[in-house]
Amino acid sequence: MIDGIQPLQLLWFGLIGLLFVIFYFLEGFDYGVGMATHILARNDNERRLMIQTIGPHWDGNEVWLITAGGAMFASFASWYASLFSGYYILLFFTLFALIIRGVSFEFSAHADTVKGFRFWVWALFFGSLFAPFLLTMMFGSLIQGVPMNAAGNMSLGFWNIVNWLSIVAGVAGVLLCLIHGLNFLRLRIDDPDLSRRAQDLNNKLYIIAYIGEVVFALLVIFQTDFFQKRPISSIVITLAVVVFTVLSQIFNKTNHQAWAFITSGLTLGSVVVLLFNGLFPRVLIAQNPANSLLIKNAANGQLTLQVMTIVLIICLPIALAYIIWSYVVFRRRLKVQAEK
Amino acid sequence: MLLGVSMLDLARFQFAMTTVFHFFFVPFSIGMGLVVSIMETMYVVKKDEVYKKMAQFWGKIYLLSFAVGVVTGLIQEFQFGMNWSDYSRFMGDIFGAPLAIEALLAFFMESTFIGLWTFTWNKFKPAAHCALVWISFLGSMLSAIWILTANAFMQHPVGFVIKGGKAQMASFGALVSNPQLWACFPHVVIGAIVTASFVVAGMAAFGLLAKRDVNFHKKSMRVALWIGMIAAICEAGAGDYQTQVEIHEQPMKFAATEGVYTTTGDKAPWDIVADLDTKNHENKGAWSIPDVLTILTYHKTTGSIKGMNEINKELHKKYDSKFGKGMDYYVPVKTLFYSFRIMAGFDLWFIIVSILGLIWTRPSKDTIENKRWFLWVLGVTTYFPFIANTCGWFITELGRFPWTVYGLFTIADSVSASTTTGELWFTNIMYFLIFSTLGGVMVYYCKKQLDKGVDKALEGGVY
Repeated sequence: MIDGIQPLQLLWFGLIGLLFVIFYFLEGFDYGVGMATHILARNDNERRLMIQTIGPHWDGNEVWLITAGGAMFASFASWYASLFSGYYILLFFTLFALIIRGVSFEFSAHADTVKGFRFWVWALFFGSLFAPFLLTMMFGSLIQGVPMNAAGNMSLGFWNIVNWLSIVAGVAGVLLCLIHGLNFLRLRIDDPDLSRRAQDLNNKLYIIAYIGEVVFALLVIFQTDFFQKRPISSIVITLAVVVFTVLSQIFNKTNHQAWAFITSGLTLGSVVVLLFNGLFPRVLIAQNPANSLLIKNAANGQLTLQVMTIVLIICLPIALAYIIWSYVVFRRRLKVQAEK
Repeated sequence: MLLGVSMLDLARFQFAMTTVFHFFFVPFSIGMGLVVSIMETMYVVKKDEVYKKMAQFWGKIYLLSFAVGVVTGLIQEFQFGMNWSDYSRFMGDIFGAPLAIEALLAFFMESTFIGLWTFTWNKFKPAAHCALVWISFLGSMLSAIWILTANAFMQHPVGFVIKGGKAQMASFGALVSNPQLWACFPHVVIGAIVTASFVVAGMAAFGLLAKRDVNFHKKSMRVALWIGMIAAICEAGAGDYQTQVEIHEQPMKFAATEGVYTTTGDKAPWDIVADLDTKNHENKGAWSIPDVLTILTYHKTTGSIKGMNEINKELHKKYDSKFGKGMDYYVPVKTLFYSFRIMAGFDLWFIIVSILGLIWTRPSKDTIENKRWFLWVLGVTTYFPFIANTCGWFITELGRFPWTVYGLFTIADSVSASTTTGELWFTNIMYFLIFSTLGGVMVYYCKKQLDKGVDKALEGGVY
């Protein structure tokens, strides 16, 4: 195998990448819809409608993040340990965002005053904004290489976490989630006016997204070793990101709603692929290359990987089947309802 | 060090706080899953609208508890890496698998089916709709199995080898057939059912005190008290069963819950309260009932209980070569001793109030509305399961001291090296604020829903 990496180790590195791709594809849109409650919606009825479109799905979507984290723990414990303890404060704020967002769905449904409802919708908005911002920011930061000792303990300074690349990555992540969320919203509502406004807003957002993608690509070229270490694949995947954005924009303009949604999701997915492709064969890049955490060193034992592979082969298709079924059940488009 | 508190103390405090808070809501929501499933099944069988309303009304409480359970659960998954990274490195090969399986097998199931259940009251036939809530309950049971698999390994490590200074899985079968797991699982799940039953019964009692939706609340109360009575009786058995395993696996924990310092004679008395001297390691006197500890422990009239002082010597003999002579193997005795008494005392309390409640709400002679004092008693009982659950976890987790993984890895070795005291102070304070807010809002909305009355709470469907 490549560099002494075992097949199962490679498989699980790929699977964790895949889990993050699915996470961004699915939870990406409900972050986007969460942001739309204050970017696009004009009144509480529209906000209620938006929340309803993601109501049955957001929790299941978040499980992809939990699964990705759990799979990282189960297959690369050292990676999980170094990453989570290293990005301590950033992850705490991410948790904070996920918490206020997670409870906002139930709490806003229970609120019977306008004030209470609006408070929890603001919680949804900020949670949906900061969760993807901070998570993508973390990825933008870690791909540049971090100060890490041989034991795998990081000593991150403020500027390791907050710098041009990480901020651009975070903003781009938020932007792509918003675009993706608006595409999802259009698929799920029967409201010509709101749908029209979402389409118009997206038309503008795609332009900003291009700028973001170009700046992001340039910073990745200069701030990481991705394009030196894996030039061809990195170029191909970067192009894929752009192509999916272009396609999504065209589909949005021509009102092919389902395709616009799929391609905006694939845009997000390809960004994740770009990051994982660049990381390979490492899982964490240390500023001193000798301390980098490699797939072959960070991986858990063979038996654990075998067990996890069997569990995944059995569980994932079943889970996917009922998750897809749940989207089929909720396929009917929703209308704005008068105040409860 | 800041204010004389070490990072280890702060990390331990944080773990205690986050797990205790998480464990308020998890058993609550698991149990509510069953209570609501039973209510909706009664609707499907009896076709009486009141049961549908019941499933919907208490279903809203179920969803609230579920939401808070989910978000506090997120913290659990993150904090092993954030605060306990050396533990995660040492144990990840074994500990990660059950967590990942929990997500794959249980979390997807729970979250998807609870989402389907919430929004499809008018979409599916009653029986099909009812199946959805049962499946989400099943998902939460599976979730309990896997997280307890991970915990059981920490209590009683099996099926592993130490390789390169790390624990490695040697047998997955041994991991899932850990006797500790199957002793703990019934105790936890039945405890969850007790929790939800008495929350529903207690809230219904407050409803009756306010003379609101009398028929609805009386019926809800009867359903809840039936489930609660059966569960509370079974819980005593489940607890006893777990104790039987504990005596062998963790004798120190058991001796501490009974305050036994010196090995007893063949007929050991059971101490109701005891003057425990944790400095000199002795039990300086107690109010006790003769012979009862022996009977409770061994289910027969003779048998001595090994004391902590003897166990401490054994542990030193066993582990000194590996961990050095400086280790302190005594667990927090007083906490364990009183936690056990509070927990077991409340279970007895639950059995008594549920029997009384069922007698006084029986259809042939229903007098509960006149017994306002008893409605108050039931109302206050709403809060007791949470105290009992917390005490139970104190025993389980503090009784594992000084280990994270029993006999293998110490708490002091587990903590993250890269985290600072400042960071931990910050997150501890923040978590405290978040939890107080979440808990407060949750109680407020539960009360609000009760005050609104059933019809108003269910206006415009469940959503």
